[in-house]
Amino acid sequence: MSTFVFVLAAIGAVGGATAVVALRDPFYSVLALVVHLLSLAVLFLLLRAELVAAVQVVVYAGAVMVLYVFVVAYVGDGEETLRERFSSSLSQPALRGLGAAVGVALLTELLIALLGAGLKMVEGEGAPYHPGPRTFGTPAFIGKLLLTRFLIPFEVASFLLLVAAVGAVLLAGRERERTVEEAERARELAGVGR
Amino acid sequence: MSATTYAWLALLMPLVGTVGLAVGFKLWPGKTAGYIATVAILLSFLAGIGALIQLEHHPANHRELVSSLWNYAVTAGVDARLSILVDPLSVFMVLVVSGVSTLIHLYSIPYMESDRGFVRYFSYLNYFVFSMLLLVLAGNFLFLIVGWAFVGAASYLLISFWYRRRTATKAGIEAFVLNVFGDVGLVLGTFFIFRHTHTLEFLPVFHAAPHLFAKGSADITAGCILLLLGAFAKSAQIPLHTWLPNAMEGPTPVSALIHAATMVTAGVYLIARMHPLFELAPAAQDVGAVVGALTLFVAGTIGLAQTDIKRIVAYSTMSQIGYMIMGVSIGAYAAGLFHLMTHAFFKALLFMAAGSLIGAMAGEQSLDRMGGFRRALPFTYATFLIGGLALAAVPPFSGFFSKDEILLAAAERGGWHWALYAVGYIGALLTSLYTFRLIFRAFHGEPVKEARELEAGHLPHAEVPRNPATGEVEDTDVGFPGPAHAIAERSWEMKVAMGILAVGAVGAGFLQIPRTDHVIENFLAPTFVGAAGYHLREGTAKLALGLSLSTVIALAGIGLAYLLWRSRPALLAAIKARAGWLQALLENRWYFDLALYRGLVEPAAALGQAARQGFERYVIEGAFVGGAQLAAAAGSALVRALQSGLLRAYAALLTVGAAGVALYFLVRA
Amino acid sequence: MTIGAYLAVSAIVFALGVAGVIAKRNPLVVLLCLELMLNGANLALIAFSRMWGNGDGQIFALVVMAIAACEVAIGLGLIVAIYRRQLPIDVDRLKELKG
Repeated sequence: MSTFVFVLAAIGAVGGATAVVALRDPFYSVLALVVHLLSLAVLFLLLRAELVAAVQVVVYAGAVMVLYVFVVAYVGDGEETLRERFSSSLSQPALRGLGAAVGVALLTELLIALLGAGLKMVEGEGAPYHPGPRTFGTPAFIGKLLLTRFLIPFEVASFLLLVAAVGAVLLAGRERERTVEEAERARELAGVGR
Repeated sequence: MSATTYAWLALLMPLVGTVGLAVGFKLWPGKTAGYIATVAILLSFLAGIGALIQLEHHPANHRELVSSLWNYAVTAGVDARLSILVDPLSVFMVLVVSGVSTLIHLYSIPYMESDRGFVRYFSYLNYFVFSMLLLVLAGNFLFLIVGWAFVGAASYLLISFWYRRRTATKAGIEAFVLNVFGDVGLVLGTFFIFRHTHTLEFLPVFHAAPHLFAKGSADITAGCILLLLGAFAKSAQIPLHTWLPNAMEGPTPVSALIHAATMVTAGVYLIARMHPLFELAPAAQDVGAVVGALTLFVAGTIGLAQTDIKRIVAYSTMSQIGYMIMGVSIGAYAAGLFHLMTHAFFKALLFMAAGSLIGAMAGEQSLDRMGGFRRALPFTYATFLIGGLALAAVPPFSGFFSKDEILLAAAERGGWHWALYAVGYIGALLTSLYTFRLIFRAFHGEPVKEARELEAGHLPHAEVPRNPATGEVEDTDVGFPGPAHAIAERSWEMKVAMGILAVGAVGAGFLQIPRTDHVIENFLAPTFVGAAGYHLREGTAKLALGLSLSTVIALAGIGLAYLLWRSRPALLAAIKARAGWLQALLENRWYFDLALYRGLVEPAAALGQAARQGFERYVIEGAFVGGAQLAAAAGSALVRALQSGLLRAYAALLTVGAAGVALYFLVRA
Repeated sequence: MTIGAYLAVSAIVFALGVAGVIAKRNPLVVLLCLELMLNGANLALIAFSRMWGNGDGQIFALVVMAIAACEVAIGLGLIVAIYRRQLPIDVDRLKELKG
C-alpha cells in the first residue's frame, strides 16, 4: 500500500517539477509547482514527518504560492513571448542546452553519490518507529527540539523573517518621484527590445 | 682615546657635515653652511693630530694599528670587513688632506658666497673629504676600492657643479669615465692578488706576499700593473690624463682641493701603500717610473702653450705628480710623499691665487686678456709669487728640497735611472719657465682695463655673464656661477687661508733638509720597514751636484721667462715662426685628446647608436615588450568575455563549478 | 520504500531545478525553479532524518522553509519594483553588472 502511494506521489513531484521547467506560461508554471508541493507533502507524510508535511501545505503551498500567483497576475507575461529576440551574447537554444547538460551532470553525480556508493543504511527503511503522542515527527517532538537544542536557529530564523518583512515593504512601497534621467533610462532599456 | 678612535672620529666628522648640510638644505641661512663645513673638517684635522700623538706613544715597531668596526662577510672566497689601518703613512695623509681641506673650505666661503648652490657645494666638498679620508684610512682592499669610487663620484659632482654649463657636464662625464678605467684596473689587480692571498686585509697580505709570490712572477707583476692603471687614471698620468685639464671647469677651490692637493695624489698613496707588492714586481715599478717621467716632461711642454691660467696650473699639477709617481716607483717613498705634502701647499696656494685673479677679471680666465695686476692685487701677487717660487724649486722654498730629494734618489739608484735624473731636470727647467711665463704675463707689464679699474678701487663686473671657455651667455641662477666675484684683498677668509698655505710653502721644506734633519723620513719609517733603499744615502758628490743643478736651472728658467716674455718679445715671435710645428703640437696637447676621442668615444657612440636602432628597437621593444603586451591583451580579452553581465551565464558558471567540485570528491571517494 | 528511493526523487527534482534556473528568461520562473531546488533539498533532509531517527533533519527543513519564504518575499518585491519602473522583465536584459 505505501509503495503505491509513494509511486503516485513521486510521479506527482517529478511531473510537477518537469512542468515548471518546460511550460512556457509562467502562470502554468506556478500551478505546476503547487501540484509538486502537495506531492512533496504526501512524501513527507510517508516519511512520518507529520508536522513538516502540514507546514509544507500551509506555508509553502498556501502562503508562498498565493504570493506568487498574485505577482504573476500583476506582472503578467514577461518577455517569454519575445524569446526569439537575441539580446544576449549567449543564444537561447545554447543556454537551454547548457542548462539541460548541467542538470543531467548533477543528477548523475548525485545518484552515484547517494545510491552507487553502497551505503547500507540507505538500503533500509530507516530507524524503528513506534507510534505515540510524542514520537518522531509529531508536533510535540519538533516543538521540544525547537525550544531546547535548536533554540538559537529558531530565534535567528524569526529575526530573519522580520528583516525580510521590512525589506519587502520597502521594496514594493510607493515609488518616489522619478527623475527625468531615470525615466529616460527606463524608456531606453525598454525600447531596445522593441 | 686611542689612535684608532681618533681616526674613526676623523672619518666621522666630514660624514656628519655632509649629511647634516644635505638634510637641512633649506635651513642654513646665509653663510652658515660654509662655516659648519669648515668646522667639521677642522675637527677632523684635530682628530688627525690626536691620532698622530697617540700613535707616537707606541713603540716604533708597533705603529700599524688595525681597527675593525664590523665583519661584513668573512667566508671562503669572500673577505669583507669595515676596517681601517692607522699607521704613519695613513696619519700623514689624513693630516695633509684634512689640513689643506680646512683652508680650502675657508677660502670657499667668500668665493662661493653669491652662488645659489652654496649649501650643495659645501655638502659635496665635505663628502669629498670623507671619501678621501676613507681611501687613505682603509685597512683592506675592499674599503680602498669603496673610497676610490666615492672619490671619483665626488669629483664628478664637483666638476659638473655648475651643471647648466655644457662644458662642465661634459668634463665631469669625461673625468668619471676615465676614472672608471682606472677602477677596473684597481679591482682586477686586487683580484689577482686575492687569488693567492685569500684575504683582502692589508697587513696579512703584505706579510704573506713575499712567501706567496716569487719576485717578478707573472701574477704579481700583472696585479701591480693593473693597480698602476688605477693610479694613472686617478693621478692623471699619460695616457689617462686628458680629464684633468678639462676638470678645471669646476669652481677654483674645487680645483685646488681635488685636482691639486688630494684626489690626484691618491695614485701616489696607492703605490706607497702597496710597496711590499711593488717590491716583488720590479717590472711594474719600472713602468711606473717611466710613465711618471714621461708625464712630467709632456705636461711641462704643454703648459708652455696654454692660455687659460687654470689649465696651465693643471698641467703643472700633472707634471709634479709625475715626479711623485716617479719617486715612489723607484723606491724613494719618503721623498715622493714629502713632495706630495709640499706640492699640496704650494699648488693649493697657486690655485687660490689664480681664483683671486679670476675674480678680479670678473670670471675671465684667459692669460691673453690679463696683464699688470701687480699693483691692483698686491696680496694675490705676493702669494702667487711664493707659490711660483716653491713650484719652480728655488731655494729655500719647500719645492726645492722635495723635488731635489726625488732626483737625488734617482741618481743614487744609478744605472738607467740617470735617464730619469736628466728628464727630471729638464722638467724642472720647463716648470720654472711656464710658471714665470704665467707670473710675468699676468702681473707685470701694462695694466689691463680690469686692473686699472681695481686700482681705482672698483671691482670690475661683467655686463653679461659668460662661459669663459666658449663665450656663451649665461644667467646667474642656480646651476651657473653667482653674480659676485671675490678677491683675496677684500675677504679675510681668503687671506687667512692663503697666508697659512704660504707659510707652509715656504717653511715645509725645512722638515727634510739633506744631511740635517729627516723628520718625514723618520716618521714614515715604520710603514716602510723592509723596503730596500728607503733611507736615502746622501753621498756628498751627488748631493752637491743635485743642489747646485737645481738652483741653477730654477734661476735660469726665471731668467729665460723674463727674457722671452718681458724684455724681448720679438725673440719669442721669432721662435714661434721657426718652430710652428712645435707650437701646433703643444697647443693640441700632443694630440692625446684627439686620439682618445677618435679611438674610444666615437666608436662607442656609434655602437650605442647601432644598438638603439637595431637590437633595442626590434628585439627589446618589438619582441619582449610587444609580446608581453599582446599576451596581456589576449588574456584580458578572454576574461572580459566572461564578464557578460548575464545572470544566467553566471548561474551556469556557478553550477558547472559546483558539479566539478562534486565530481572531484566523488572520484576521490 | 527504501530511503534510497526518496533520495533519488530528491536528486531528480534538484537537477530539474538547476536546469530551469539556467534555461529560463523570466525572473519569476527562475525563482520558481529556485524553489524546486530548495524543495529537493528539503526532501533529502527529511529522508535522512527518518534514516537516523532523530529530528535534526526536520528542524533543518523547517528553517529552510522559513528562509525560502523570506527569499521569495524579497525576490518578488524586487520583480514588482522592476516592473513598476518599466524595465523589461528579462534576466538577459538586466545586465548592469556587465564588466
